[in-house]
Amino acid sequence: MADTGPQPLVRMSGVTKHYGGVRALQDVHFEAHRGSIHALLGENGAGKSTLIKVLSGVVQLDAGTIEIDGNSVRFANPTEANDAGIACIYQELSLLPDLTVADNIGIARPPQRFGLIDLRAQRRLAEAALARVGGEGIHPQSTVRDLPLSRRQMVEIAKALAKDPKILILDEATSALTAADVETVLTLLRRLRDEGMAIIYISHRMHEIAELADTCTVYRNGQNVGTFKAGTKSDNAIVEMMIGREYESVFPPKPKRQSDASPVLKVRDFAWAGELNGIDLDVRPGEIVGIGGLDGQGQRQLLLGLFGTLIGTTGTVEINGRAAKVSSPQHAKSDELGLALIPEDRKGEGLMLPMSVRQNLSFAAVEKVSRFGIVDRKAEESAIDEIVQLLKIKSDGIDGPVAALSGGNQQKVVIGKWLMTGPRIILLNDPTRGIDVGTKQELYRLMRSLADEGKAMLFYSTDYAELIGCCDRVLVMYGGTVVRSLAGDRLTETNLVSAALNLPEGPNQATLALSALESAL
Amino acid sequence: MNAQVEAAGIEIRKRPARFGIRLSAAQRGTLLAIVIFAAMFAVYGWKQSVGLTPNVINTAANKGALLALVAMAQTLPVLTGGLDLSVGAIFVLANCLASSIVVGDPVSTAFGVIGVLLVGLLCGTLNGVIVVYGRLQPLIVTLATGAVYFGISLAIRPQPGGTVNFEFADFMTGSTWAVPHSVVLLVLVVLLIWVPYRRSVLGRAAFAIGSAEQAAYMSGVPINRAKLLAYALSGFLASIGGLLLTALTYSGAAKLAIASDYTLNSIGAVVIGGTSLFGGVGSAVGSIFGAFVMRTVGDLLIVFDINPVLQPLFVGIVLLVAVTLGSLRVLRIKNRLDLYR
Amino acid sequence: MKSILNQFDRATIIAFACIVVLLLIGALAEPAFLSPKYLVQQLHTASFLGVVATGAMLIIVLGHIDLSIPWTIALGGMMATGAVGILGPELGVVLAVPFGIFCGALVGVVNGLGVAYLRAPAMIFTLGMNAVAQGLMVYHTGGFAPQDRGTEFMRELAVGQLVPGVPNPLLIWIVLGAVTIFMLNRTTLGRRIYAIGNQERAVFLSGVDTRRIILVCFVISGACAAATGVLLAGWANRSYQAMGDPYLLPTIAAIILGGTNVLGGRGNYLGTVAGVILITILQSMLSVVQPQRYFAQLGLDLPADTFRQVVFGLVIITMLLVYGRTARITS
Repeated sequence: MADTGPQPLVRMSGVTKHYGGVRALQDVHFEAHRGSIHALLGENGAGKSTLIKVLSGVVQLDAGTIEIDGNSVRFANPTEANDAGIACIYQELSLLPDLTVADNIGIARPPQRFGLIDLRAQRRLAEAALARVGGEGIHPQSTVRDLPLSRRQMVEIAKALAKDPKILILDEATSALTAADVETVLTLLRRLRDEGMAIIYISHRMHEIAELADTCTVYRNGQNVGTFKAGTKSDNAIVEMMIGREYESVFPPKPKRQSDASPVLKVRDFAWAGELNGIDLDVRPGEIVGIGGLDGQGQRQLLLGLFGTLIGTTGTVEINGRAAKVSSPQHAKSDELGLALIPEDRKGEGLMLPMSVRQNLSFAAVEKVSRFGIVDRKAEESAIDEIVQLLKIKSDGIDGPVAALSGGNQQKVVIGKWLMTGPRIILLNDPTRGIDVGTKQELYRLMRSLADEGKAMLFYSTDYAELIGCCDRVLVMYGGTVVRSLAGDRLTETNLVSAALNLPEGPNQATLALSALESAL
Repeated sequence: MNAQVEAAGIEIRKRPARFGIRLSAAQRGTLLAIVIFAAMFAVYGWKQSVGLTPNVINTAANKGALLALVAMAQTLPVLTGGLDLSVGAIFVLANCLASSIVVGDPVSTAFGVIGVLLVGLLCGTLNGVIVVYGRLQPLIVTLATGAVYFGISLAIRPQPGGTVNFEFADFMTGSTWAVPHSVVLLVLVVLLIWVPYRRSVLGRAAFAIGSAEQAAYMSGVPINRAKLLAYALSGFLASIGGLLLTALTYSGAAKLAIASDYTLNSIGAVVIGGTSLFGGVGSAVGSIFGAFVMRTVGDLLIVFDINPVLQPLFVGIVLLVAVTLGSLRVLRIKNRLDLYR
Repeated sequence: MKSILNQFDRATIIAFACIVVLLLIGALAEPAFLSPKYLVQQLHTASFLGVVATGAMLIIVLGHIDLSIPWTIALGGMMATGAVGILGPELGVVLAVPFGIFCGALVGVVNGLGVAYLRAPAMIFTLGMNAVAQGLMVYHTGGFAPQDRGTEFMRELAVGQLVPGVPNPLLIWIVLGAVTIFMLNRTTLGRRIYAIGNQERAVFLSGVDTRRIILVCFVISGACAAATGVLLAGWANRSYQAMGDPYLLPTIAAIILGGTNVLGGRGNYLGTVAGVILITILQSMLSVVQPQRYFAQLGLDLPADTFRQVVFGLVIITMLLVYGRTARITS
């Protein structure tokens, strides 16, 4: 049975890892036990990802020891770690998009006959693995590329479990899942724990950790700052450990009075390709309007559509009281419209990672600091200085590559790049995803101060707390249209959830809906 | 309860019908190449003055098989997301070597054949070693090794010439009951090399690497060995093509034009055969038909009485049309962001 | 000053160092290798490669490749020499050079439309255009090698010296190079070229029409290749079908040896300059030293081309192994 005795399954001690001159881990000690879920907490760049990369053989440690079951080990690559019973589910998917689900699940150790892969046995293996995680609806022969993101993540989890690991590591594995899938996965993890597996769990979602973990360890600046039994510390206390300073209120205060200026962005009957239907919305200067709802209800498409990347949108868009047909991002950012879009994927859509912070920052607004196509270095320099100070971007110098910055600072560069264009309307597509608490807090303040300057913001977030804390008003989307607008006292978590499920507003509806979900799955 | 959940917008995916035909992207590509080839060849047979006699078919098969072998050789590196610009040079090297050593009595001929194939394998392995352990871009590596292999071909055969065991040559290029031996050779290569390769761990690893190399590494795929094998097999297949060329011409010639023509056409054949140049999706069988499509273009020019010097023009147009057809999705796209992947 | 120093990254320095080493080794065998006359002659030869490499480099920085170089060169040369036949005896002489370059630019337009607007893979699309250009040129000559002569002006452009001591092609390359360095480093266009090579999606979402930039670069590349063709036709005083064939490998090799990333996004022009000079000197030394003579003494009769090809290939691989390696995949 579950053996939580003195002998840990994994013991890492004195682990140190440097990337170039940057210290990622410093003399870290870590233990994980059988039949226990161990949560790792910390801001991005605190060292938790590096720790699990060391444990799963992706990177090699500079100093220190790893023991599994009391035996000293050292992994040169992920395969060796797999063979030692360690399976890892990554935040960035490790799936092969062009291969079938079955191929993906069997990739590491496929069943073989006569030296060739036994496709039938592999398919059975895949079906069993999928059934185990509650993904029976996924066909083993479908190509991974054709699956929606949340299904892919379920395949990823099935793939890790097909290796029959003793130690299972989840690195932000639930961030792409729908609420129902998260429940399924959490239930599964509890069962695996009870079967004796050691589970190491990284998540930025505090409530998941509170629900799931037995033990928590907090990291900061590559060091272990405390290990404690789950439930023995308040959320605020944990966050303080993570950021290493007093934790004030996360969200800046909202202004009392709602602005009654005429809307700077007025959208009527906006539709596109069956994915967006009859959307009406208004955003006034100085207002932060949130967009909520379950993931994938057209929120991203709405922002992209307003920014001019979608072809064939219908309906009317008025900007500053004048009808505007936004034809391209180029048109969207023009002085006439003054739109800016902070995209969801900062690495793929927001930044040119190998290029310098300077070139990234001035990229969208480079016309503004150029004459006849020639960049005016002085003008560029002073504009950048201003933004770096405003956003408190921390880097080793603005001529270094933006890839070297932490996730939070990278996101600040994306935002800064758009502030340099002097936008009037800022569209934000889940900008705080995967960002540490400290930076999140800074971003909330920044948004509020931009609003106070009169900018209008349309802010999509997958985090309900964020919508409630930040927004003056939240539009909840469902099936490609806005089903409810919540503001003031009605802007509560229960109302958000019930609106997201398109249920009538009421105190008990949301809990009812959630329990319906749970029992159905 | 279920109705309520569905009302709640939670997607419950229906299991796809078991009896529906599931065609993968690679199978669709292969099928398309087969259809195009069949249509073109039918037109050719119809316009041909003598009709599709066994002789006509055999000639067409021999010409097509040459490119088909080189195109299969090209397919393997392309599937890993790489490229082999030296296939044409290996093909020519095998031709020059064969015109020197595939001679004499059956035993020495056999040794000659083995020697040629081993040299092909060696060239391919060398490409693989440099790409894998040198961690260099395949494009530039094979461009450079191609020059080396071609230089060696020149050393072997400074002037066109040489000879070959005639019985062996005639057997390779003949036909039995109207079935060209070169087609049998292609079928054997598919059954004995391609099919097992596809089903092997290293073969699937090649697909995995082409699909997403980083993810493949994280998944514990043997990346180095898989790439090495892909390039080595590529050299091997190209040398089979070189052998067949020697059998057809009874001689060897180190001409740069032949090497570059086959390299370029092999890439065209691979694309027409439905293999993605980005890797991860495709099939050597598709490449065979892609090669036959490319070759039939030339034949069609002849029967339509078009000046044969214009062949490059038409081959070029076929290539452009092939890639442009593949790009037609651009017209259907509704989100411009999808253009930039 | 700092920006100029930035141009000298590791690859550029190594390439320049290799040039010096090669010259010194050559000088041991033949002191004439260090004479100014020989060096200017080499730079003269290098400038043909340098001009075509300028356009090709832009394409590689964008993350694409232009394989239509060989026949675009031939097309440039043949259209310039054939301009009299096409445009008439009056205009043909005056407009020979711009007409040749214009035809190359047209090839670039088609390439650019295919790659940027149809999103066709550049490798295969430009390969197809190469074949189409070849077919058109063969059609133009009716299948025979024409004995088309270049105009006086083309001759002057290729062998004359506007500035005493500096052959005109070298002067052209210097001007073109200076403009390119300025363009890549100081203009919005340059910024955008590098950015597209790094992450085109982000560039599009930053409100830049990436397609137009790709189109412009392909047009530049076609024009540069055709310009090389025009210069070569003036130099040889005739144009012929295969005149571009020996240029594809050296062009790409020079760019890569100069430290430009084959996958796009990184590279600087001085590196390409170093790569071009290095390759030219290497080729020249192989033809001067004639290694086949030593082998002939050993009883091995090998054609000169063998050494050119083998040594060329080996040198490229060796130098790439020294500094062209990609990072090991970890995370």
